[in-house]
Amino acid sequence: MATTAFDETPPDGIPVQEDNYLTHRRGIASWLLTLDHKRIGVMYLVTVLAAFLLGGIFALLMRTQLLRPEGLLFHMTPESQDLAVYRPFNQLFTLHGVVMIFLVLIPGTPAALGNFVLPLMLGAKDVAFPRLNLWSYYLFVAGALLAVVSILINAADTGWTFYTPYSTERSAGAVIPLVAGAFVIGFSSIFTGINFIVTIHKLRPAGMKWDRVPLFLWGLYATAVIQVVATPVLGMTLLLLIVERLFHVGIFNSYYGGDPLLFQHFFWFYSHPAVYIMILPAMGVMSEVIATFCRREIFGYRFVAASSVAIALIGFLVWGHHMFPNGQSGPLDAIFSAMTMLVAIPSGVKVWNWLATMYKGSIVLLTPMCYALCFLFLFAIGGLTGLFLASLATNFHVHDTYFVVAHFHYVMIGGALFMFIGGLHYWWPKITGRMYNETVGRIGCLLLFVGFNLTFFPQFIIGTHGMPRRSASYKPMFETGHVLSSVGALVQFLALLLIAGCFVYSLCRGRKAPANPWGGTTLEWACSSPPPHDNFDHPPAVAGPYDRTAIAWNPALGGYERTGSPLPPGEGPGVRGASRS
Amino acid sequence: MTEPAAYTEKPADPWHLAHHFSSPQQQFDSGKLGIWLFLTTEILLFSGLFCAYAVFRANHPEIFVYAHAYLSKPLGALNTMILIFSSFTMASAVRAAQLGQTRWLVRLLAVTLFCGGAFLGVKFIEYKAKWEEGLLTGGDYRPEAPPPGAVVPPEQKPAAATAKPQAAAPVQGLVIERSSIPPAAVGPSGLSPQWLANTPAHPADRWHGPEPYNVQVFFSFYFVMTGLHGIHVLGGMGAIAWVLVRARRGEFGPRYFSPVDFTGLYWHLVDLIWIFLFPLLYLIT
Repeated sequence: MATTAFDETPPDGIPVQEDNYLTHRRGIASWLLTLDHKRIGVMYLVTVLAAFLLGGIFALLMRTQLLRPEGLLFHMTPESQDLAVYRPFNQLFTLHGVVMIFLVLIPGTPAALGNFVLPLMLGAKDVAFPRLNLWSYYLFVAGALLAVVSILINAADTGWTFYTPYSTERSAGAVIPLVAGAFVIGFSSIFTGINFIVTIHKLRPAGMKWDRVPLFLWGLYATAVIQVVATPVLGMTLLLLIVERLFHVGIFNSYYGGDPLLFQHFFWFYSHPAVYIMILPAMGVMSEVIATFCRREIFGYRFVAASSVAIALIGFLVWGHHMFPNGQSGPLDAIFSAMTMLVAIPSGVKVWNWLATMYKGSIVLLTPMCYALCFLFLFAIGGLTGLFLASLATNFHVHDTYFVVAHFHYVMIGGALFMFIGGLHYWWPKITGRMYNETVGRIGCLLLFVGFNLTFFPQFIIGTHGMPRRSASYKPMFETGHVLSSVGALVQFLALLLIAGCFVYSLCRGRKAPANPWGGTTLEWACSSPPPHDNFDHPPAVAGPYDRTAIAWNPALGGYERTGSPLPPGEGPGVRGASRS
Repeated sequence: MTEPAAYTEKPADPWHLAHHFSSPQQQFDSGKLGIWLFLTTEILLFSGLFCAYAVFRANHPEIFVYAHAYLSKPLGALNTMILIFSSFTMASAVRAAQLGQTRWLVRLLAVTLFCGGAFLGVKFIEYKAKWEEGLLTGGDYRPEAPPPGAVVPPEQKPAAATAKPQAAAPVQGLVIERSSIPPAAVGPSGLSPQWLANTPAHPADRWHGPEPYNVQVFFSFYFVMTGLHGIHVLGGMGAIAWVLVRARRGEFGPRYFSPVDFTGLYWHLVDLIWIFLFPLLYLIT
């Protein structure tokens, strides 16, 4: 079995590339002012992981509070029945949501992993606009700092959805810095989206026709389309919210003749497609991992690629399902319900194609593949419970309960975050030039899977029994579910610590990575690990992205290598940028 | 099979070609696609406001018919002409850059920049007048007189319009006994009975009858839409100034003019948005 090769002592034959992107220039300034997409990707990665830790701490505090029905951290006493004691809990769920969504999930896979991998997969030297790329990063940091400032002043307690008029009139928290932070991060997201679309359109090598674009790039492309089309509407909405809070212009406030529901429409017009910003790149990672570790061409390439775009497009027409009980008209409810169910079709196409790729493949259960299996399992649960929520009758029953919380976390953590971590394992040798410990990686994955299900599966059950979300206390009948959930959160925290330790150990002591440790077929595995500053000396020749005919294991390298031309007979070497209009 | 030529063996690159592009054409095409995508996002930014405008205008046409008469049509028309003229000079500037006429390029950019400043100057005059007449958003809407041309019987003015309670201040802590937001002042949702009663009897561009409820909504839209547009004009002026400085250094010519081209595209978009704002806010019948 191929896996044993990874646990052996490092072979001597790996050619060490002295001049790579990490060593090309030295010093803090060479990082902070870099225009290299790889370094920007690494900076995103570090920032996102720091935000992830912050958001995770908020989650743990919430779960600690919910260990007791009356609340463990903040609770009323017989002397004081003031509900204001629960305000910190409202701040916690607000910050947890804002940090995890705007600072972790939205930039996680596209901006961190995507920035690093996208030009490499295209055989290009950089993204189309490297300076804009650096601007995106600094806008992201500025937005994150604004959010931190708002926490230091007086954290908002509006929920990450900022519903009006509470957010514009009543909330005593520092809503404006937080909203301004989200607004600035929106710009960062737009610029990244523009950059990726232009790069994929204009910097593909000559031989890479649209049916040879790797599926991760299809995922990033569909994501970028959503980022470019939906984020401006969020920008305008948040801008109006700020203006409303400052000057009481009243477009969202019924007291001045405005319409609070209009805010919800605008907000979800962005924020529903935003969940596809989070999941589509993860699905792209999934396709890469499945193809590599099943040693097969992906089954139904065209369908997997097209379903990404289909999800992106249908995703724009479903936002109203967040407002079923909020006073929409009946026909509108019915249309949104039907459109929401349509999303299940391209999602199902993807899942079945991945399963069909695994069927009769020679599956190698390395860590990224373990995450892929977790993804299949968790995303199936998350997706199917989404259909419950799309149905009007069940939605009215479980709206704003823990059922919704569990569904959302199954899709976003079980889907998007699992594949972010899986993708991090997958590209870790490429990014750092070091291998991590397989055994620890797999144990970390298993532990995270167990902890995750322990946390969120009970929430489905208490949700159907009526446990409302965003509540700092609850009836004793829900105690078992909540305690299980809190224990699960602790298990997840330990699992993430183990995974982080595994990565840190790999950075210090890990053995040197070969150029292609997994037998990947896409172009990023064609350059050394870590890649040189300019990625490629020659424009790489491009065949089908998952063509395995010329990939073979080389024990001297401790990895895989190309043994011949990947091109079908009759196709010459590609010259970048030529003859394509 | 021959090895493809290495990147370093290309003929000497022009100074403006970034290292990751293989030809100036590829660089120009990328920039063009990029700026068009950016313009898409700008249109979508405004489209949210247009959408909100459409919702309110469909539900409350009387607010818009009544309040639009407060705005000065001549000043709005003047601004429209200024911007259309500046679009012309901007387009000519791009042409001058392509032909390598640096002196003309600098002059035309300077005229465009001046037009942008003139537009903002006129806008300032309009804003100042609104401020002085109490025509502001939300709770600050305290008009001194009905709009020109409107026939408002004074005895029919609704009491709520003159004695509006103050906006609720944000409250520290959490008070749950009852909301501190006063109940909505007046007005049913949907088409107002005033509108239904007024339109058949009189020409629709002239208001007859009591002041409609919630006129401040019109000024919310007016200030947010023209304000956001004004910020975009400022941004465009910044970009033109930057291009102007570079043009004076003689950086642009037939081989390299993309910054002029892309700034021009942005300026046309700013112009285009105003061409929608002008009839939507000033020319309501």
